[in-house]
Amino acid sequence: MFATEFEYKKANSVSEAIQLLSNDADAKLMAGGHSLIPLMKLRLARPGTVIDIGGIAELQGITANNGILRIGALTTHAQLAESPLVRDSARILWETAYGIGDPQVRNRGTIGGNVSHADPASDLPTVLVAMDAKFTIQGQGGITRRGSRTVAAADFFTGAFSTVLAENEILTAIEMPVLAANQHSEYAKMAHPATSYAVVGAAAVVTMDGNTCTVARVAVGGLTPSPVRGQSVEQALVGQELNAETIAAAANLIDNDLGSDIIGDIFASAEYRRAMAAIELKHAIFHATGLAHH
Amino acid sequence: MTTRIFGSGIRRREDPRLITGGATYTDDVKLPGMAFAAILRSPHAHAKINSIDTSAAAAAPGVVAVYTGADTDGVLNPIPCAWIPPDSDVKAVDHPALAKDVVRYQGDAVAVVVAENRYQAEDALELIKVDYSILPAVVNPEAAMQPGAPQLHEDAPNNQAFHWVAAGGDTDAAFASADVIVKDTIVHQRLIPNAMEPRSAVATWTESMGELTLWSTSQNPHICRFLASLVTGVAEHKIRVIATEVGGGFGSKIPVYADEMITSFCSMQLGRPVKWTATRSEGFQATIHGRDHVEHVEMAATREGKITAVRSVIYAGMGAYLSTAGPGVPTILHGLMYCGPYDIAATKADIYGVFSNATPVDAYRGAGRPEATFLVERLVDLLAVELGIDPVELRRKNLIPKFEDGHDVASGITYDSGDYEPILNMVLGHVDYQALRQEQARMREHGEYMGIGVTCYSEICGLGPSQVAGAVGFGGGLWESAIVRFHPTGKVNVYTGVSPHGQGEETTFAQIVSDELGVDVDDVGIVHGDTSNTPMGWGTYGSRTTAVGAAALVLAVRKVKEKARLLAAHLLEAAEADVEYADGKFFVKGSPDQSKTIQEMATMANVAWNMPEGMEPGLEASAFYDPPNFVYPFGAHVAVVHVDPDNGHIEVKRYVAGDDCGPQINPMIVEGQVHGGVVQGAGQVLWEGAVYDDNGQLLTGSMTDYALPRAHMFPNIETLFTVTPSPHNPLGVKGIGETGAIASTATIYNAVMDALRPLGVTGIDMPLTPEKVWQAIREKQGS
Amino acid sequence: MKIQVTVNGKAHEKDVDPRTLLVHFLREDLGLTGTKVGCDTSQCGACVVNMDGTTVKSCTCLAVQADGSQITTIEGLSPKGELDAVQEAFWNNHGLQCGYCTAGMIMTAVELIDKNPNPTEDQVREGLKGNICRCTGYHNIVKAVLAAAEAKRS
Repeated sequence: MFATEFEYKKANSVSEAIQLLSNDADAKLMAGGHSLIPLMKLRLARPGTVIDIGGIAELQGITANNGILRIGALTTHAQLAESPLVRDSARILWETAYGIGDPQVRNRGTIGGNVSHADPASDLPTVLVAMDAKFTIQGQGGITRRGSRTVAAADFFTGAFSTVLAENEILTAIEMPVLAANQHSEYAKMAHPATSYAVVGAAAVVTMDGNTCTVARVAVGGLTPSPVRGQSVEQALVGQELNAETIAAAANLIDNDLGSDIIGDIFASAEYRRAMAAIELKHAIFHATGLAHH
Repeated sequence: MTTRIFGSGIRRREDPRLITGGATYTDDVKLPGMAFAAILRSPHAHAKINSIDTSAAAAAPGVVAVYTGADTDGVLNPIPCAWIPPDSDVKAVDHPALAKDVVRYQGDAVAVVVAENRYQAEDALELIKVDYSILPAVVNPEAAMQPGAPQLHEDAPNNQAFHWVAAGGDTDAAFASADVIVKDTIVHQRLIPNAMEPRSAVATWTESMGELTLWSTSQNPHICRFLASLVTGVAEHKIRVIATEVGGGFGSKIPVYADEMITSFCSMQLGRPVKWTATRSEGFQATIHGRDHVEHVEMAATREGKITAVRSVIYAGMGAYLSTAGPGVPTILHGLMYCGPYDIAATKADIYGVFSNATPVDAYRGAGRPEATFLVERLVDLLAVELGIDPVELRRKNLIPKFEDGHDVASGITYDSGDYEPILNMVLGHVDYQALRQEQARMREHGEYMGIGVTCYSEICGLGPSQVAGAVGFGGGLWESAIVRFHPTGKVNVYTGVSPHGQGEETTFAQIVSDELGVDVDDVGIVHGDTSNTPMGWGTYGSRTTAVGAAALVLAVRKVKEKARLLAAHLLEAAEADVEYADGKFFVKGSPDQSKTIQEMATMANVAWNMPEGMEPGLEASAFYDPPNFVYPFGAHVAVVHVDPDNGHIEVKRYVAGDDCGPQINPMIVEGQVHGGVVQGAGQVLWEGAVYDDNGQLLTGSMTDYALPRAHMFPNIETLFTVTPSPHNPLGVKGIGETGAIASTATIYNAVMDALRPLGVTGIDMPLTPEKVWQAIREKQGS
Repeated sequence: MKIQVTVNGKAHEKDVDPRTLLVHFLREDLGLTGTKVGCDTSQCGACVVNMDGTTVKSCTCLAVQADGSQITTIEGLSPKGELDAVQEAFWNNHGLQCGYCTAGMIMTAVELIDKNPNPTEDQVREGLKGNICRCTGYHNIVKAVLAAAEAKRS
């Protein structure tokens, strides 16, 4: 099995890639290719042109400056999972990256390609929403021509396989605040046994003052077209002393935030996934706060 | 004392080529001028073909030819079914290689494109236009027999492919007088075998000679040649089938499929080599599936726990057509095994084979016996609950006592040898069963759900006596043969008709030769898989390769040995009666320094300068072995699982396999067979299952939807063994290729139900996905 | 389009259709058939090769993406006549039966041990997640990888 015929173009810079994209309505960007190539092999995607951005140096790199962790869009899952900087700045991302797919998927798959593909079963979107990440997007023209914009993770995803990215825009980097010592994070998922994709994934980032939660950001994904912030849960957590009871009570409120558009399939129905959202979220908060151990 | 080579876990001799990428599998074969075939398959489960337009495909770049059923009709004979159980009214419906008027399952072959390369062939498939009128479809075998169900074949009213009954003892009386009856409905979901190597064929036709050579991913090249001859009309002696390196089969490479015959047809039409290789997704649709039973089963017993009878009514899905051995699986290999290792006086199997709009079903690892073991072991556990008896004690109470040379069971077969209690005691001691039960009780107090599953099994394999094969409608023999040939340098080749594809007989067969003749194991080469240079044999399946093939080998080896002994006596100028053999040497009794090695005899026999009068030159022998009976391995397995009631997730914490396959030629290989079988059986309980929608669309059509066991999903497997030789085969060996899969499905299932018992859950259809477990708990908790 | 790749130490320059998958390029253009195709959805890992120091599923990589890279396949893992410790351990521990998944398993295991010379059993199992074996139940593969790691350490 293999793709239909296409023209292959390698871009050496972001601006070149955008130029190529702008000139060709039938073009697709490819970073590691782990989202696009499987679709092309199944002939569900038939781009006339594939623009390979995999070699663009300016899209590489992980840095932490002034309390902001910046991850280049071409950073692979393996690089995330093996980076001490990510471990120390955003432990949840470091842990989550290690649980994506399998070693070969992690070696080739990139954070930018992953989130741009916006697969509902993907892990990173949920985590990035909980981390309040900002996505840097480059379009035609430079900063002065308002070609560059920044979008919050929660606003980036607009549905299943759908984002705010315009036809000729590229996601270049993802930024998020470095977690402080009193901020604890965890991602828990029920993985599909065939693919390790999230049937239900839950991310929690809690800021603690002693045993009391002062700020909480939680999100769930896998069961919804795009990640959902658990604002009811967050409100219930804040100001609480976190223990098994308060966490469970708060996590159960996720149902209020889920809405009605729940994914179901032959492996797990919408009803089941809905019920599991609270369970996975509970696991995530338990683990984040150290109430449960790995 | 030197270590005997028979029984030692030496590393495999086939491995060097496999660990270096040097092996040649069928898709690795590249012939000059070779073209590539791609097969267009029906997207519909049931439809009438109104027309097929191949003109655009035929004009596409690189395309050499496009053929449809109109081209193969009358040229290729229908794909045959080769196992027709007697007295069961089998409807051997026509199975055209390329569908002509009607397609009957999603994946039915409709057309073939031959092109200069793989990419061009697959591209051109998209250009073939088929006009279908969609017909209603039915997939579930029980539903397919209900009035009003869509009908697949005119010749098979109610979609009934056959009706087979096997009864022994007075089942009705036993049920009528039973103190207790337990019942269940068991669904053995369809499994998709997924040998890692997709099926592939390379055919090359030599027009001038009228000869066909076919590389085929087959477990039984001689059967493939036999059936290919029937389908293509090419005489059997003009067909050469080569099963080169074969990447696993598990039964799925027993059948002779339409695809290999279509590939042969293309080569014969075009006069050039043609290769076809299935994509994995194509394999999901067009390689046989396994299991597919809907079973209504019951067991009768006394209040004291003596099992008196077992009976079933089973709807066994055959899929759209009868595959090569399909009808034999739910009948002969299943319905005769309802006693298991227990003394049960009456059994009755009432089996309906059913056509449905799904991929044909055939033998898949265990083939009928996992279903039989599951049926018995499930009912025993239900009975234990009903009677309030510990499930182990109930089993122990009903085990057949030790027997060494034959034991008749109610279903009408005779087990060869069995000693069931020691292996049960061994596994129970190994896990400390009582301590496990105590741990379970403690955990339950904390709302944690651990389950313990214990099963005993006996299975039938080593297929089998040819006379029985004939009596049960198997369209061939089941003997094996071997040729042992010494070369002038004292090196040996063994030529065998069995066809290992991962089981390691290049090693174990060499161990046998080495053990019998004192030749270094590395001086023995095993030749298999090519009909042009191996003797007739019926192939590798049904755990028969060692039990039958190695038995033939040892007979041939002993013939060679005797000839060498007589030659040695001649050369030593000793009386024949005075020459003995030990440790690779023939020596004159009482004078061990007067000796000749087997290698010296090989040289002398091959040069033939000084042979005894009347002795033919050469040192080789051929032997045929037709077993007087099947072999009956047995064992006891234990699984320990944890179930999380919050999400329904099951974790297998421990798996202990206790098996008895008689003497082991290579324990490392035996253990490997157990490991693989256990995890395949676990796959059925926990993850695997083909799902079709109501229109017969396969929803689990790739490895992204059909979950196969992976390394992180199952723990290490603890293996234990006892050794009870079979009385009737020259080595005493039984089979071990399927036992793991035969026992583990029932063992793990029972463990999960044991875990869930306090929650009121008594049964869940497999696979036990987290949602199904969670729903079952919820239903009980809510009620 | 023209690509240059070094495979098992040997430089190749070839003209390929952009849609050619790396696995087909290796098997059919270069004749390196030790790398296998076991599925079509990036699930099974039979096609795993090492590209520029990390393992990739060569069925999910275009040959053109490999332009300029260094590739090692099972055929080039060890010098002729020698075995890598992982190959040796698979042999010693009966870590293969039909052999079809073996090339991918071994290539994955080599990287796994490179990255983590002293893995636990759980880490080995997790690291083999992308490689399906239908024969062994993984038991002896895990044993082989642990043995290979130990052999490489000593």
